[in-house]
Order: sequence, then C-alpha cells, then structure tokens
Amino acid sequence: MQSFAYAAPETVEQVIAVLQEHSQAGKPAQILAGGTDLLVQIRSVDGSARTIVDVKKLPETNRLEIGASEIYVGAAIPGAVLTANTDLKARLPGLVEAIDLIGSTQIQGRASLGGNLCNASPAGDTIPALIANAGRCQIAGPAGTRELPVEEFVTGVGTNALGEGELLLGICFTPPAARTSDAYLRFIPRTEMDIAVAGAGVSVTLDEKGICTAARVSICAVAPTVLLVPAAADALIGTSLDDEALAAAGAACTAASSPISDKRGTAEYRRKVVAVLCKRAAGIAAERARGSH
Amino acid sequence: MSEALDTREYKVIGSRVVRPDGIDKVTGRAAFGADLNLPGMLLGVVLRSPHAHARIKSIDTSKAQAMDGVYAVITGADFPNASETEDPALSANVMAREKVLYHGHAVAAVAATSMAIANAAAAAIEVDYEPLKPVLSLDEAMADGATIIDEQLRTAGADEASDTPTNVAQFMRLDRGDVEQGFAEADVIVEGEFATPTVHQGYIEPHACVATINEGGQANVWCSTQGHFDVRSLAAKVLKINVADLRVTASEIGGGFGGKTTIYLEPVAIVMSGKARRPVKMTMTREEVFRASGPASATKSRIKIGAKSDGTLTAMQAWIGYEAGAFPGGPLAPGLMCVFAPYNAPNFLIEGVDVLVNKPKVAAYRAPGAPQAMYAGECMMDELARKLKIDPIDLRILNAVEEGSTATYGPKFKAIGFKACLEAAKAHPNYTRQLAEGEGRGIAAGFWFNAGMQSSAEVHVNENGTVTVIEGNPDIGGSRASMALMAAEELGIPYEQIRVIVADTESAGYTNVTGGSRVTFATGMAVIQASRDIITQLKERAAATWGIEEELVEWEDGHAVPKPGVNADVQPLSLADIAGNAGRTGGPILGRASLNARGAGPGFSVNLADVKIDRETGKVDVTRFTAIQDAGKAIHPSYVEGQMQGGAAQGIGWALNEEYIYDADGVMENAGFLDYRVPVASDLPMIDTQIIEIPNPTHPYGVRGVGETPIVAPLAAVANAVRDATGIRISELPLSPPRVLEALDAAEE
Amino acid sequence: MSRTHVTTTVNGERREFLCEPQQSLLDVLRDELQLTGTKEGCATGDCGACSVMLDDRLVCSCLVLGVEAEAKSIDTIEGIATDEGLHPLQEKFLEHAALQCGVCTPGFIVAAKALLDQNPDPDEQQIRYWLAGNLCRCTGYDKIIRAVQDAAQTMRGEAS
Repeated sequence: MQSFAYAAPETVEQVIAVLQEHSQAGKPAQILAGGTDLLVQIRSVDGSARTIVDVKKLPETNRLEIGASEIYVGAAIPGAVLTANTDLKARLPGLVEAIDLIGSTQIQGRASLGGNLCNASPAGDTIPALIANAGRCQIAGPAGTRELPVEEFVTGVGTNALGEGELLLGICFTPPAARTSDAYLRFIPRTEMDIAVAGAGVSVTLDEKGICTAARVSICAVAPTVLLVPAAADALIGTSLDDEALAAAGAACTAASSPISDKRGTAEYRRKVVAVLCKRAAGIAAERARGSH
Repeated sequence: MSEALDTREYKVIGSRVVRPDGIDKVTGRAAFGADLNLPGMLLGVVLRSPHAHARIKSIDTSKAQAMDGVYAVITGADFPNASETEDPALSANVMAREKVLYHGHAVAAVAATSMAIANAAAAAIEVDYEPLKPVLSLDEAMADGATIIDEQLRTAGADEASDTPTNVAQFMRLDRGDVEQGFAEADVIVEGEFATPTVHQGYIEPHACVATINEGGQANVWCSTQGHFDVRSLAAKVLKINVADLRVTASEIGGGFGGKTTIYLEPVAIVMSGKARRPVKMTMTREEVFRASGPASATKSRIKIGAKSDGTLTAMQAWIGYEAGAFPGGPLAPGLMCVFAPYNAPNFLIEGVDVLVNKPKVAAYRAPGAPQAMYAGECMMDELARKLKIDPIDLRILNAVEEGSTATYGPKFKAIGFKACLEAAKAHPNYTRQLAEGEGRGIAAGFWFNAGMQSSAEVHVNENGTVTVIEGNPDIGGSRASMALMAAEELGIPYEQIRVIVADTESAGYTNVTGGSRVTFATGMAVIQASRDIITQLKERAAATWGIEEELVEWEDGHAVPKPGVNADVQPLSLADIAGNAGRTGGPILGRASLNARGAGPGFSVNLADVKIDRETGKVDVTRFTAIQDAGKAIHPSYVEGQMQGGAAQGIGWALNEEYIYDADGVMENAGFLDYRVPVASDLPMIDTQIIEIPNPTHPYGVRGVGETPIVAPLAAVANAVRDATGIRISELPLSPPRVLEALDAAEE
Repeated sequence: MSRTHVTTTVNGERREFLCEPQQSLLDVLRDELQLTGTKEGCATGDCGACSVMLDDRLVCSCLVLGVEAEAKSIDTIEGIATDEGLHPLQEKFLEHAALQCGVCTPGFIVAAKALLDQNPDPDEQQIRYWLAGNLCRCTGYDKIIRAVQDAAQTMRGEAS
C-alpha cells in the first residue's frame, strides 16, 4: 500500500522543489492550505495516498498588506483573519462579505482565499468577488513568479492554471478609486452552511454626478466556471444605476448563464435568481460607492 | 396497569432542576456509542451495495482475507439463513443475501487493526452483481407491470386475497358512517393531493457499537440505542442465539427520534468478534447514516372534506400511501389513525397502503406516520376554513374531539386537552400580532396517541437515606431528572439525594424502548410504584421501631409519623433514620415495580407559524413560531418545552428544506449535512411555548407523553403560513426556494 | 505505514503522539490521546460536534490534520472546567436545560466560549450566526441561545 506523507516547507523554493520532485517521479502531491476542502475530498471522494504539501508556513502566503498602491492578500490566510481586518473590509467590502460567507465560524478558522480559488468550484464564493475587483493571482513556480487575472486562473470545474511545480502565493488588487465599491451576494436555501445556488459579485465606479463610469460583474454557480459578464457591466456603465439599469444587468447575467439542474437547484431557478442577485449586489455596491469619497 | 389520578399539591415535580447526568455531558465525560475503547479492539467497516436493486451473483473475499491486519471478513453466508430466523426482513436488512434492495445495503464486512486497513480490505472484496431495475417511487411501485422487489410479497389486509406478486405490502381501511352520504349533505367540499419526501431523523451521533463474544457464545454489546432490551431481542433473533447469552449496555445516546429503535451494526460486530476472537467496534459515517439507516417514509395522499356552511363537518376522506423502503413496515396504521383524530366526523373513510421501494427500510421518526398524514389533513382544514370564511381556530373548536368523543381509530377519549390548546392559541398574543408586509400566518393541530408498554424500576435506599433508582431507558433528553423528581416527590426527600442509573440488560428489569413518548409516563409510573413500595416498607420499619401497628404510621414529608390522633410518644423518623437502622429492622430496603402501562393519554398540540417570503427568490423564513401542547402534567417543564421546541425545529426543517434527493439509479445525492439541510441556529427564531396541563386520569400525576406530538403540527402550520403569505397552495414538501418561486411565477402568468 | 511523531500542547499540557499523515486531529484526540469529549458527527465540517480551539482559533478538528498540531496549542471540551469549577457556559447550559441528548454540547460550549472570549456582549443574531456551524437536532436552539446570553451576562459581572 502506498502511504500518505506530509511536508510543511518554510520557503517557496522548497515547496516548488517538493512539487517538482513528485511530479518528475510520477508521485501525487497536493497543496494544503486551510484543508477545509482537501480533507473532505480525501475522506469522501478520493482517498488515494499522496504527499500533502502544507503551504501555511510560507511568509508569502501569510502576508496581508493594504497599501496605497497595492493590496496583497496571502493565499493561505484563514478567513477569520481577513474578516476581522477592518481596513480590508473598508476597501473591499464585497470581497470580505464573500469570504465571510464560506462555511461556519469553524470553517472560517481555516479556509483560505487561495484555497477557495484553487479549488476552482463553479460555486466558489470568493471567485466572483475577486473577479469583480480585478484581482491578480501571484503565482510562483520553477520559472519564477508570474501574474494572472483571476478570471483566467480558473480553467474548468475543479481545475486551475497552475502548472507543474507552481503554487499560488496570493492575490493583488489595485486599491479601489474614489467612488468605487463592491458587493457580493449569493443565494442559499438556509441562512448559513450551504454552497451557493447562484452568486454575483459587482464592482462599480461612479463619477461626481453619480453616473457609473466603470463596472465589473461576475457570477458563480451558473456555468462550469465563474464568469465575468461584460454585458452586465455594460448595462450599468453610463447609467445612474437606477432600477432599470440594475434590471438590465440582471438580465445580462441570466443571458450569460448556462446552469445545470442538481441537488442544489434547477437550471431554471438559477437563471432567475442570478439576475436578482446581480441586481441587488449592484444596488448595494452603488450605495457604498455613493457613500465613499 | 394504570393508576388513579392523585390531586395533592406537588412539592418537587414541576420544578426546573439540573439533570443528574448534566455535568458529565457539559464536560465531555459522558460516554456515547463511539467513546468506548477496549484492549485489542478491532475496527469494523461494512461494504455496501453500489446498486439500488441487484442480484448478488458471487462474493469473493479472498483478497481481503489475505491482507495483513485483517481479522475477520464476513458476508451473508456467515449469518443464519434469513428465512429461518424469526425476523427474516430484519435479518436481510442487517446483511443482504441473494439480493441487494437499496443503495447502501450491507453486503459484507471487515474487521481489522485500523480503519485504513479495514477500508482497503473492504475495497478488495469482489462482488459480482446483476443489476435490476430499481423502483424508486410509490407511483412506480404501484403501476401496472411494475418491477417486483420481493416475488413472495402479497398484500396484507386486502379486501380480496390475491396470489399476484405485488409491491403493496399492506392495505388498511378505517371507516364510520356513510362518507358518500356525508358529502351529499355538505354545503362545501374541499379536495387536495399532497406529497412529502423521504426525510431523516438527523440525530447528530452516528450509530456505533462495540461487541465482544467469547468462545462459549456469551456476548457483550455496548451501543447507542433507544432500547437495549430491543437490541438484545432483535440481535438474538438475527443470530439465533439465546437472549441470556447477550448482555447489552446502552451508552449515552446522541439523539435517536425513533431511528435508534432497531439494529444495524450490532449483529455484524458480534459475528466479526466471534471470528476474530477480539472486541470489534463499528461506527457509521454520516454518509452511511443517511444511506443505510432508517429514514421516514415519503408519502402521497388525497384528502377530501365536506362541511355545512356553519363549519360542522359532514364527511372526511383520506387515502395515504407510505413508502416502506426495501422491506414492509412503513407507519401506515398510525398515520391513518392520526389523520383526522382531532375531529368529530360523523362519516369518514380513511384508506392507505404500505409500499415497497428500493430505498432504505424506513424506521420510526417521532410520531411515525403522523406528520405526513396530518400535514395533508391540516392543510385541507385550512382550505376549508378559507372557503367557509371561518377563523381556522374556530373551525377546529367547532369540530374538536373532547372527553367522551369516539376517536376515528376506535376508543372513547378520556380527558384530553385539544380544545384547551385551541383556546390558548386563540388567546395567544402571537395569534393576533400584526403581520409585516410579505408575511403570512398559519395554524395547524397535532396529535399523537402516546404509548405505555412495559417498564421496570428498582429503588434502593442507601445507608444514609439517599436513594438510587435503577431503570432501563436510555436517557435521551433528561429522563433521569424526571425519574428522580418523581421518586423525590413520592419519598418526600430532596431531589439531590437521588441518583438514577440506566442499567444494562442484566441489571435492570425488562423495559421497552425510549420511544412512543412513553418513558416519563410508563417508566415514571414504575418509579412511583417502586417508591410507594419503599414507603410501605419504611412505615413497617417505623412501626416496628415504635412498637405500634403498621396501620397507625403515615409517611409525610420524608418522615414516618404516627397518624393524627394516634397516641404514641415518639419522634418522627426520617428516611435517613430508618435507613441507618435498617440492619436492625430487617435488612436493606429495596423497592421495585414492573408493569405494562395502559392508558397513555393522547397528546394534542396547536402551532402558530409566521413566515416571510422573498418573492424574487422563493425563500421562506420562519419569523415567529408558537407551540402549544397538552402535557398532562409537566414533570420537568424545561424538558417539556425542549421537546416542543425540538419537534418544532424538525418539523420546520421537514416543511422547508429537508428531503432525500435521488438520481435515476436510486443513489441518494445529498447524503451529508451539507446538502441534507437541517435547520441551523440562524435559520430559526426563538420558539415560544405554552404548556397546557389537562391531567391524564390514568397516571398518578396526570402525565401524558410529550416527545412526539411536537413534530406533527409544524409541517402544516408552515405550509398554511406560506399559503397565507402567497395566496397559493403548494401541495408538495419541502417548500424549498425553487418550488416556491416556480409557484409564485406560475401564479403571475 | 509510517507514523509521524508530533509534539503539541493540549489543554495546557505538553502531549506527544504518533499519527498517520492523513489522520485528522479529531481522530488523534479521540483515539491516540483518549480525549473522547470531542465528538464526530459528520467528519466533513458540517456539524461542529468536533469543535476545538487551535492556537486560540475555533476550528473543526475533523478538518485539521493531526500532523498540523506540531508545536501548536489545542483546547478541547475537557479543558474548559477549571480548578475553580465549571465554566459559566457549562453552568448555564445545565440551568437552562440547553442540552437534551448532549452529544452536540461539547462542540457548542467550545464554540460559544470562543465567541464570548472575543465578544462579551453578542446579540441574539450574532450568537445564532456564530453557532450556525454547530448542529443540534434536539433543542431547536432556543435554550442554547438563552444559555449563551445568560452566561455572557454572568461573565460580564451582571446579575442575571
């Protein structure tokens, strides 16, 4: 019987070396951050032996910087740390909302932004919020580090753009400009503990007269990957974000969706509800943008 | 055995004392099913069927047997022939033989030195199946030409006996008067069809046991169960062993709600312990609990009710089909007996069927059969009230059964509290509270017979006058406290001086399950009788000490005293005085009682639910909930309220989100707490309770069972509230967001 | 199978154990350290019965690897009562009858303590959302919420 192994390197180079070594030897290795998805997968989906590479001991995955020119969120920081950070909440309230929606208080104690992104679930709550805020993945690998927009990082259901020997260190954001804010909403049947049936992240920028000059809309759980919906953004840009514009953005989300029916909701339901979520999230983002100077 | 009602003023019962087992349960000391470890213990796992319906062609365990660390590998061949046991269905459910009948059905098991090895060995067992078409719904099972699950099955209770194979295990009918005539006399008739899904009790502790058996065939089992005497008798049947060779100890139990009244792992662990000659522990994963324990029946029903324009009922008709799962035994009878039980109907016809499907065999779930039946019945009572433009509580009061009414299921009611509950609901501030925009309010009634059955109790007086009560009902919700309160009340000593032991099958007298809302009633009655037995002895001892006639001694406030007017120059003797002197007055003092309790008073409830609907997403939030119930006499009011609140939460879950979701092959897709959505703390409001006390005349303190009635009314209360808020009757549960939104959108078009 | 040696602190005591790399902290606590007060209800992080504190942060021990406990501090239900007696939460759970079967209770008390340690005066909604990851099937949560509110009041030094 092949055995499990555990490694917890303290430098990025060591992680890359372990990953490469396994890859070259044809031995499975998997990165562990918060473990809230990985441990469940090992227990109930695929229990096959592998080397678990813990990336929580790296300075790069734990760094949280909220600077004037850049915001950096380490990939392995648990949600509880991020949601307690009032600075981050003030800058990217929608992103923090999305993080806060993942699982229970207990899950928040472990689950990380990087893990939620790398897990690449179509229903990953933080991904629309990351995309709405134009987050950029910081990826380290044998050839050095590279940057990739979040919307290009997720390549399919459960798959991502990480290549051989690569790991996600963190996500960078350009701090929001004046009169810019975001919001994320998802729908679940209960109030907590569920996976999104649909979700929408919206970021809007207003001019001094309250006209929307820029917007990004991203939706989840309505397609194999989280989508950036330019048509929804276009429906918002140039408007005062009145009810009609919000409804148009919602309709654009419905049009962009290609959901499935499953145990969490029917395709028909998801198409309807994603519009409601987009409309409501855009309304919240607009309120926030109006209040921020 | 029943007792006359006592009308004295109580000193102890009715108070909110701390339960005797409390500290161990808040500190992590209490030992539940999975908490026992024995030296040399192996861990067992079950290999389960990947098919919902298939013939087992062969099983090859050789690879598993050969693995290091594997001590036992067993299949159906290691058990006595199912057909030669007293309970073939139970036996075949514990371990499949020729056929697997549901996805998750046990086909083999392994015991090994670690879970990793046991799982690897189970995976190495090769089973060759011939898949058969699964039958996954009541309609499919009853359709002409349906795939037959059990070729031997014939319908029990059918009007005309037939020798045609069928999936209908039982037909049942209750009727009185002439229902057609009744409908002809009606000014108003309402009719509806309803459906409810398969749901699970959702106890937080998975099934778990540890078994050992020696070379002489003497076995010990430690397990999480609602009734260790039942584990003993059921396991003895499956294994064809002598009950005297099987000692069962009930661990602390982490919830059951009816789901732990049967056996799954215990015989498997015993057989493997015998093969390995070492102790074997088995625990189900949560996924196994969903797939392979006993959920509650899905149902389909049709209800028709007729009334005069003043609201007087003229006729009630019901047809209810219960899915039994893979073996007969859904809760058909209690469901049919409950559906119209709260009402006086001069004419009624209640029919139903118990039907096999390729799903796990259903088990009891809190008032088995009643929530599904009364959901349909109470929704139609709501429609009737709307059609008649009569207040729904007034309509129920007008037709409510009371003392002397003949129940639909036969007997005449003694004193019951249905009208008192309805009147309390009508007067409750939550019934007239202003509703916010988008909210709706629903009311519904609940009913459950409550059980009596067999119980035993012993009361031992210790040398310092403290008391030990020994009984045989696993304490699932504070029953040790209730037993101690009743013993304290009888003996006149402080509650704190009493300890209650839930003893194993060799140490306690035979006692039926913790279920049927029977423990406080029946076992409580045994404790009261055993305490009275003690008092008789205490009076004898005092009389002997004083040298007076026994009849001249009274027991008062924990002391023996001469009766008023008796001229005796003696000091009262306390229980401690008499106990300390017991060696000189005849030896240790020990009281006991055993009984088969009759006259369990039926329990009625009325629930009020307020809901808020998000019209764009179809999400229903319960914003306020009020449970009113007749408890007869609340021995420990906090635990009575707890039953009402817990039942309400389960009923709300059943109404809104809980359901087994199956794929086309009969595989449950949501076998975990992530997607089988039980209510979480943030889903619910505080649950207001009002205990009504109409004493049960057949219990010394007037106790009625309270555990099951609370789950019955919430389904319809919530559904009626959604009807109120939306103007739409959605006749299928759960009222999940997609279903509600679809109905709202359809109504707009 | 190779087992890893782990040194950790459990309820303030230094403890050592051997575990397999894929073994959960929950299994280690229960099977290696015989601390069975922490319960398994689901092993998927959905029920909270296995709640423990890991370096002062509330987690599900079923979603932590035993090997990750190296050099960390773990607090379980067994460490909540002290030489002074029961914790106010334990007292109030008993007083309010906030448990019926009691199997979820250790998780609730660990989780509620984590809340009150960081927020001495939570409102009802904060308590409900904080505890949303702890399933109770017996009580309908009503008495649990009241017990937490009452314990918070006691801990703030206010008369209840």
